[in-house]
Formats: sequence, structure tokens, C-alpha cells
Amino acid sequence: MGYHWNWGIFWEPSPEGNGTYLDMLIQGLWTTLLTAACAWAIALTIGTVIGVLRTVPLRAVQWVAVAWIELFRNMPVLVQLFLWYFVFPEVLPPSWGVWLKQLPNAAFLTAVVGIGFFMSARVAVQISSGIEALPSGQRAAATALGLTTAQTYRYVLLPMAFRIVLPPMTSDLLSTIKTTSIALTIGLGELTARARAMQEFSYQVFEAYTAATLVYLAINLILTLAARWLEARVRLPGYGKA
Amino acid sequence: MSSFDFEEIHRSLGYLFFDGMRFTLTLTFLAALGGVVLGTILAIIRQSGSRLLSSIAAGYVNLVRALPLVLVIFWFYFLVPYLGQWLTGATRPVHVGGFASALITFIAFEAAYFSEIVRAGIASIPRGQEAAAMALGLRSSQAMRYVILPQVFRIMLPVLLTQTIVLFQDTSLVYVLSITDFLGAAAQIAERDGRLVEMYSFVAVVYFVFSFTASQGVRRLRAHIAVPH
Amino acid sequence: MRFIPLILAALLLALPARAADLTGTLQKIKETGTITLGVRDTSIPFSYLDDQQKNVGYAIDICMQVVDAVKKELDLPNLKVATVAVLSSNRIPLMANGTVDLECGSTTNNAERQKQVAFTNTHYLTASKFIAKKATNLTTIDSLAGKTVVSVSGTTNIVQLNKANTDRKLGINVLASKDVSEAFLMLETDRAQAFVMDDIILAALIASAKDPSAYAFGADAFSAAEPYGIMLRRDDAPFKALVDKVTAAFYQSAAGKANYAKWFQAPIPPKGLNLNTPMSPGMINAYAHPSDNPDPASYN
Repeated sequence: MGYHWNWGIFWEPSPEGNGTYLDMLIQGLWTTLLTAACAWAIALTIGTVIGVLRTVPLRAVQWVAVAWIELFRNMPVLVQLFLWYFVFPEVLPPSWGVWLKQLPNAAFLTAVVGIGFFMSARVAVQISSGIEALPSGQRAAATALGLTTAQTYRYVLLPMAFRIVLPPMTSDLLSTIKTTSIALTIGLGELTARARAMQEFSYQVFEAYTAATLVYLAINLILTLAARWLEARVRLPGYGKA
Repeated sequence: MSSFDFEEIHRSLGYLFFDGMRFTLTLTFLAALGGVVLGTILAIIRQSGSRLLSSIAAGYVNLVRALPLVLVIFWFYFLVPYLGQWLTGATRPVHVGGFASALITFIAFEAAYFSEIVRAGIASIPRGQEAAAMALGLRSSQAMRYVILPQVFRIMLPVLLTQTIVLFQDTSLVYVLSITDFLGAAAQIAERDGRLVEMYSFVAVVYFVFSFTASQGVRRLRAHIAVPH
Repeated sequence: MRFIPLILAALLLALPARAADLTGTLQKIKETGTITLGVRDTSIPFSYLDDQQKNVGYAIDICMQVVDAVKKELDLPNLKVATVAVLSSNRIPLMANGTVDLECGSTTNNAERQKQVAFTNTHYLTASKFIAKKATNLTTIDSLAGKTVVSVSGTTNIVQLNKANTDRKLGINVLASKDVSEAFLMLETDRAQAFVMDDIILAALIASAKDPSAYAFGADAFSAAEPYGIMLRRDDAPFKALVDKVTAAFYQSAAGKANYAKWFQAPIPPKGLNLNTPMSPGMINAYAHPSDNPDPASYN
């Protein structure tokens, strides 16, 4: 009842007929990165808007932003994915629902939308904290110079806020990449899903998951280094030193 | 598409809550406890003088934080029986039930996150505290136990609780092992009766209510125990 | 007088085996006082949960015959029977790492799997087919081109589906679900247009569906009738010999044939469904000449 190691398994053809097991994992990696990139794009866009709305000096608007943030923060990602995948098509008019369900990349689109909206709440919190961390004198000075609210955000608040929140945002991006693995439950063939499929076909459990682990570590390392480089690039000399 | 069947939810409440939610809450509570204990130990090790131990602890924390929880769940599911065999010197892999496997996984996973929180807490304690403790003749371990850690936990309690709420939500991922937690129970009923909309909507609402209430509670707590500086 | 050594030898042989003489699974069972059966949640009628959440099924009844034999062989009248629910995707790892001793379900016996595990005498023969909603009019494998087809992870069916897809270049979008009820749900909710699985399982699913008349079998099969076997660990000759002996005796007896009739030709729990499937010629052969041969052709 011992475990039989076989590190050569990666070069053996997979029963799916599309190449070796290594090819299977590479396809998974590509899906992971693509899903994460698209989800992050949605998260950044919506999240910035919501984050800004959270800090706008209008109670009603703030309330909308808070509601959005609380809605997407207080449910597990998996539950949100299930809502998008199983419930959403059923509440639409029947023909739209069927069309949605039969899209060939239904899992991918659902994962992108589901994870994108989930992360938008996190991004919104980051952006709003970043803006609130700015000295109130910034806003006052902008008003004194005659800038409208929109211009204040565009030219004064947001540029600084982004620089402040760059480090935690990097961790949110990494989090998005990790969260794509949850989409395996709705059939997305991302890296962890492919590693599990490899384990199921070949019974080489530890080889498969070690490969996936190494890939996630590599992604983590590359992104952390890239983020550090970006932070150095956009740092304003003299800012932040008391 | 037939109308929303509230009766279905009503019929399933017993199974959902007594089997499913009980599993979820037990796992959350025990994993939080175990995670905080292990996390604190890791944080203290990283603070200690030993370069070797400190890097091992740091390596562990960084490794776990870089991996998706789903992957960690799969790892432990297959690894724990072999670890058990190695630890107990048994002749065959030790059979671990679903709950035990999940508990070990979540303690090991969340400990990495709790340890970062505790580390940040320790770092935020003014150095003067430790110096004063030493001046009073306390050993390093006594200083940690009687002076530093109590303050750390008081300051970090809201963050620790928030992480516990995250843990509560993360437990839903045991779905990938077909373990019956709250979501798993709902999924079983949904598949058996074809009532996806009712079950998953209900699950979403329940998770929302629990998490929102808990996070509002943490917010009140934060205001209540704020330490005046 | 000269019979005394013979009598003594006979007595010794009749004594139940001591734990020290046992190896493998029998040793494990003797030491732990428990035999662990791998069971399924929804493999009707082989191994599934009835509405009292009890494990019942055709394969379970066969396994219980083995359990009775083990009780006698190891002299453990109070042998505990533990059950572990398994999935198609984890049954083989769980057998290999010692979690389950016998897997009582609907596992196909083939040469590939015999590299990891062993099987006892075949208890069913079934071909890999597909079902689709009648309205979609999908009858041949080629008609599935470009469609979304679902099967279950870890089964020979999904491997056959993938192979047909690649060989015939059909561009099918293959969905892998974690068990048959999830897969059937995909078909029911129009997420998938066809479901590939062993024909007996498909027949049971259709019969217990909300609207059985909506579904139809495709005309093509993905494979010939392949044997199902109860799974046990490899390289464990004493245990395999015991299980083979019990199953062979059972199949050839009237009780064995009655067991088949009970699950395939009479109403079964939970809803009194009657599958109405008499023994095929291959099955009659498998019962008359029990064998664990993975080659489908050997049963004709």
C-alpha cells in the first residue's frame, strides 16, 4: 500500500488525446492567467468606480457603494459563482437562459464575471481607504484652486490613492489568480482543475499537485517582483517622509 | 420555469442546518482556534533569534499564502493519510475522515494568515514595552506571555475576528471533496430535487446574513475596545 | 490409528486463521476488527442511498456475502462493517491507500486499472452509451459534433468520450461532473446536450427522472459491453482467493440469481422503480462461468 512515484508521467500522453500531461497543465495555466486577467480588469474598473462613490460627499451615493461592497463581501466566492452559473440563467427569460447555458465557454464567462464582481468589492475598499488616507487638505486645496469634484478625483486624489494602495492591490491581484481555482467547481479547466484531472487519469497524485504548486509559487514570485518594480517606478520622491 | 418553491426550503431546513450548518460552524470554530494558536506560535518563532527556525516558519507562511485554498485542500486530502502513517509508524496509510482532513487543512492554511496578523500586532507594540519588561526582570518568554501577547490580542482582536469570518466563508470550499457542509447539503438537495434556484439562493441569503451580522458585530467591538493612544 | 495425523491435520486446517499467519487485507481486518466497504451515493441499482440514507444495492448485497465469509474465515462474529462513500474519481486512490477494503459499486474492470487494483468475478456487463433529450434528435456519435456533452470524472466513459472526440475530430465541449446526478442535472437543465455513461446507469436515471419520456438513448455505443467488478487491492492473493470463491459460489447459486432478479426485474427502493432488464447472454455466461477477465469479448 505504498505510493508509486513516477516523475516521468509529465511526458506521457494524456488520455484526452491532446498531448502530454505537461501540455494539459500548461493549458490549465493559460486558462488561469486569462481568467484572472479578465476578472481583474472588471474588478479594477467597477471597483474604482465604487471606491470613488464611497468617498463622494453625498450620503445617498455613499450608501449605494457601501451596499455593493457589503453584498459581495459577505458571501463566499463559491456561492457567488453558483448564483451566476446556476441561478442567473434560470431567472432570465427562458430563451436567454438556454442561450447562456449552451455557450461553449459558459464556465469561463461565469468565472470572469463572478470573480470580477467579487474582487470589485475588495478593490473598492482599497481605493476608498487610499482616498481617505490622503490628508483632507488635498481636497480643500483642490476646491480652493477651483477644481470640480470630478477634476479633484481625476488629477489630485486618485493618482495619489493608487500609489498608496499599490502594495495591497498587488496582493489582491494575486488573490484573484488564486481565486480562479474555485471555478473548477463550475467546470473551468484552470490549473488546479487540470492537476486534479491529471491525478484522476494517472493516479500520480503528488507529481500532479507538486507541479501545480510550483507554478503558483512562480506566479507569486514573478508578480511580487513586478509589483516592487512598479512601486519603485511610480514612487514620488519626497512623498511620505514626515 | 415553475415558480419559486418555498416549501422545498422549508422541508430541507432540518438537514441543511442540523447536518450542514453544524458542520460548517464546528469546522469554523475549531479551525479558528487551532489556526490562531498555530499562527501565534509561528509569529513568535519568526520573532525569535534563531535564523534557521525563523526562516522555516517564514518559508511555511509564504508558501501557504501563495497557494489557492482549493489546491491546499487537495494536498492535505491525499497527504494526511501518508503523514499519519509516517507519524504513527503504522504499516498502512491512516484513514482520516472528511471532517478531520478538512480541520487539519484549515488549521494549517489559516495559521499562515493568522500568523501575519499576530506578527503585525507584535510589531505595532512599542519597543518600550519589551524593554520595560526586561528591566523588571522578566525573561523573554514571560515578557511575551504577560506583556506583549495580551496587548497584541486586544489590538488585533477585530482583525482576527474578521479573518475568522473569512474562514467561515472559506469552509464552503470543502465542496470540492463532496463533504457535507452547509453548501454541500444544499447542493445535494438541489441536485436530488432539481431545485437549484431555491437552494442556492437560500444558501446565499443565509451566508450573507451570518457574515454581515458578524462583521457588524466586529465593527461595534472595534469601537468598544479601542485602546486610547 | 493411522488416521490420527490426518484428523489432527484436518482439525488444524479447520481452525480459523490467526492474525500472525495472515497478510494484507485479511490481516488488516483481523487487527482492526473492521471491514471497510467503498459505497456509492447514486449508482442505481448497484450501490446507492435509499430514502432512509441507508446504503443498498445489487453490488452491496454481493459484498455482504463476502463479509459473511470473512466473518467465518477470521472467526469474527462481531466484525464491524464500515462504509465510506466514494466517487468515480477517488475510488482507486482510496483503495490503493488502504481506506477501503472492497469497493462495491459500478466500477469497470479493465486492463489499465488492473495495474493499480484487482477485481473479483464480474457482476455486470454494460456498454457505454449516451442519452439526449428527444427534442434534440441526437442519435449518432457524429451528430454530437460541436455540442456540449457531459460525463463523470474518473470513469472509462469520459476517457472513451474524449478519445472519440479526438479521433473523429468532433469538437465536442466535454464537461466533467463529479457524479452521475450532477451530470444528469446538466442534461436536464440543457447545459449539456448529451450524457455519456454505462447504459444500465442511464436507464435507471431516465426511469427515475421527473419526465422519463423526454429522454432517448442514442443509437451508437462508445464501447462494447464491458465488465463491472468489485474492486480490491492488488497483490493480495489470500483475500482475492476468498472473495473469488465467495462470488463464484454466489453467482452459481439460486440465491445469486434471485439477487439479480431482486434488483433488475422487480421494484427497488426508494420509488419502486422496476428496471425490467433480464440477464443478457453475456450476463448468463458471467454467472455460469465466473471470471475477472477484463476483455469484453470473453463473455460472448
